[in-house]
Amino acid sequence: MSKKGKAFRTKGSLLVAVIGDEATVTGFLLTGIGERNRKGDSNFLTVTKDTTLSQIEIFFRKLLDRDDIGIIMISQNIAEQIRNLITEHEEVIPTVMEIPSKDVAYDPEKDVILSRAARILYGNEVGMEKLRQID
Amino acid sequence: MSKAILPSRMNLAVFKQKKIGAKKGFDLLKKKSDALKKSFREILAKILETKKRMGKEFNLALISLAEANFAAGDFSKSVLDSVKTRTNVRLNISSENVAGVHLPIFSLRGDADDQNDDRQMLGLTGGGQAIQRCKERFQKFLKILVDIASLQTQFITLDEVIKVTNRRVNALEYVVIPRIEFTISYIEKELDEESREDFFRLKKVTDNKKNEKIESQKIAKGNDDLPEQTESIFGGEDEEELLF
Repeated sequence: MSKKGKAFRTKGSLLVAVIGDEATVTGFLLTGIGERNRKGDSNFLTVTKDTTLSQIEIFFRKLLDRDDIGIIMISQNIAEQIRNLITEHEEVIPTVMEIPSKDVAYDPEKDVILSRAARILYGNEVGMEKLRQID
Repeated sequence: MSKAILPSRMNLAVFKQKKIGAKKGFDLLKKKSDALKKSFREILAKILETKKRMGKEFNLALISLAEANFAAGDFSKSVLDSVKTRTNVRLNISSENVAGVHLPIFSLRGDADDQNDDRQMLGLTGGGQAIQRCKERFQKFLKILVDIASLQTQFITLDEVIKVTNRRVNALEYVVIPRIEFTISYIEKELDEESREDFFRLKKVTDNKKNEKIESQKIAKGNDDLPEQTESIFGGEDEEELLF
């Protein structure tokens, strides 16, 4: 609660983290946002069908603990699995962004931020409708 | 109020000043709240709009990735290997001031091209162009994502500040100002009561003085003419005095 809405650290620069399937992560790594230090800590996680839920949770928590992450991009289907962790996270930075995934069509209703935005802007029912119209 | 307010004229002036101050604060906060709400709605609309575009960009990016895979084979392993220990591509946060609130803005900075040679080796066996195109697509996608992330953080920050401001506005409107008004009316009532009491006291004293004067005049004139009449007008001393 203390970080919310207050002055955030205008630290030098922050990283972009990615949690997604192989294609997504490969594509983003091509743009050069990836970083892996000598200990093996990286700011990206490739999720395959073998990755367990707890691995994802642990990685997500580690990202939150680091103070040099600005954005965490996470495929929506994976976000569904750790939905409770995401809703718990209230701080401004890092901000959690849900991106579409290859297999699952993007569902705007499930995106936490979007659904709140639509609800506030248009009211409950109309908001949900507007979201559905987006695709 | 825990301690009783002394109903004096000075206190009346003090509380009237307080009321003016509170009203001014209330107006200012209301203006701030309105300005914030306006920004808020704009941001919301932008978020909905931009996320729509993001879906399309993502599909394009995936398509180009599939093309690159087709052309160059599966290069994901080499991409993974080429991850550096420190990357240039980072985010800068700057803040924008809206109606007194600092809103964060992310800006992407840095370039992946002049990094180590591994990545430049990527497409050598074939499909280098496809990989290049794929990289560009993803870079475009990343840029949109960073914009959306900025909007998201602004949204969250504004939401919180609006809640706090509204709480203060409501507190002023429904608690502080009514309390001050109540105190002012109490003091005014007490002052009125005091002046009324003073007036009655004054009147009673002058009445008494007048009565005494008339009586002493009667006594001075002598008791011949008007004993009975005097008695009937003034009553006797047995009659109780009217108390106010």
